[in-house]
Amino acid sequence: MCGIVGLYLKNPELEEQLGALFAPLLVEMTDRGPDSAGIAIFRDDVGADAIKLTVFHPDTDFDWAGLHQAYAGRFDPKARIEHHDSHVVLIADADAEDAVAWLQDQDPRLQVMSRGAAIEIYKETGLADDILSRFAVRRMAGTHAVGHTRMATESAVTTDGSHPFSTGADLCLVHNGSLSNHNRLRARLAKEDGIICRTQNDTEVAAAYISSRLSHGRTLHGALEDCLSALDGFYTFVAGTRDGFAVLRDPIACKPAVLAETNDYVAFASEYRALVSLPGIADANVWEPEPGIVYSWGGSS
Amino acid sequence: MSGSQSTKPHDGAAAGDNAVVLDLETLAVRDANATLQEKNGTEETGYYRLRNPRGTHALACGLDAPIAVEIDGPTGYYCAGLNKSADVTINGNAGQGVAENMMSGRVHVRGDCSQAAGATAHGGLLVIDGNAAARCGISLKGADIVVKGDVGHMSCFMAQAGRLVVLGDAGAALGDSLYETRIYIRGAVESLGADCVEKEMRGMHHAELRELLEAAGCHDVPTDGFRRYGSARTLYSFKVDNIGAY
Repeated sequence: MCGIVGLYLKNPELEEQLGALFAPLLVEMTDRGPDSAGIAIFRDDVGADAIKLTVFHPDTDFDWAGLHQAYAGRFDPKARIEHHDSHVVLIADADAEDAVAWLQDQDPRLQVMSRGAAIEIYKETGLADDILSRFAVRRMAGTHAVGHTRMATESAVTTDGSHPFSTGADLCLVHNGSLSNHNRLRARLAKEDGIICRTQNDTEVAAAYISSRLSHGRTLHGALEDCLSALDGFYTFVAGTRDGFAVLRDPIACKPAVLAETNDYVAFASEYRALVSLPGIADANVWEPEPGIVYSWGGSS
Repeated sequence: MSGSQSTKPHDGAAAGDNAVVLDLETLAVRDANATLQEKNGTEETGYYRLRNPRGTHALACGLDAPIAVEIDGPTGYYCAGLNKSADVTINGNAGQGVAENMMSGRVHVRGDCSQAAGATAHGGLLVIDGNAAARCGISLKGADIVVKGDVGHMSCFMAQAGRLVVLGDAGAALGDSLYETRIYIRGAVESLGADCVEKEMRGMHHAELRELLEAAGCHDVPTDGFRRYGSARTLYSFKVDNIGAY
């Protein structure tokens, strides 16, 4: 099953309330995915001079202070760390690839959930409401967010296997469905583009494919169009980039999807009931995305 | 439970003062449905109004009495599923599988429907004022569906009996693997599914289409603009001796 939701603000005045507006969408989808939940939120853009990493370690008593000190010493004395339950956000003037490689060298169990200028990813096993509270998502401001409640089918119920997946700077993907050609595509992406998927999860391969297309100069809209020929299986995708938001359903539209748009926002959910708390939803333009058609907002860069 | 003396309204017009109001803001779905089902198995009438449905699943399911129910707002999955005798009106959009497996009665959606509207329905009439998404009337088993807008892809997939009328367009693979459901489309058909073919509109087809349009309140819509689609009968063992079974 799985539940997916997304909220892309068109009205900057709502940005302060992004987390508060977004949280009820994810909570309502709990019964579609009680195994784990996660969100990607785009906020506090650090600009071109810094890189923001969301990092997770499975040990609750991991020495984050020590890591922060070493990170600052290696990359940027002004490196900042923000704690969000089991995750931290590291912000520093560093090269993203170097920083990720350095973190892996420090401890292979450190997992970089996201990297970019604006993206932060928080995901854990458990129920959506608990996870939103643990990461204090309701208090977060931002421009757009996507979320996922997982009923696992393709890989284990772990933090690792939770969505959203990010395989490139400021890119995230959530997925309802299952892909049937992900093993071959995983090998191809590794061979041709040097993109290594960390998990056995099918969605990570789709995210990696989208990253690969973006790195070849495609827009987010174009990268999702490419998915139609490259991916085999069932999928409803919601993808986010630094300034973009896009939705795609497979050509048979196996998995449910509802979009709602007002002058203030674009909202996506697996089911309409997840959207009822949004302001102005009664008068919103509500529709089901057509199969095999990419819907996108922003994402030109 | 007042209102049982009144005559049954023609179109779920439960708006009368004597309607029993069930507010889902405070009532659980199970309790609301239990109230609606109190007259099941009887011939008693009654008017009910459901407020604040908020896209909740399984509303007004399993009704088995000639009551009228009006739902003020959008519904979730399987609204009015398994309906028998009741007249259910949805003042909003309906989620997946509205009126699925309906046996008789009438369901009227004054908005759009998600996929699989009227799935496997055996009898009764489903009227959709807006559009219906994919697989409308999938595995239809004898009910009639009138859609005033468009229907999505694979509508009437493996449909066995009953009629589908669409005033707008039909998506790809219409009537794939069709049995004996008759399909009337006024607009464009993106493509026909396997074993679905266009058939001649004869007098009896104009007559039954007229009846269906009247039942759906489409009094001003002429039957002339419609095309009929049906099964080519090459994918299943059609025997003319069994025609009465459809």
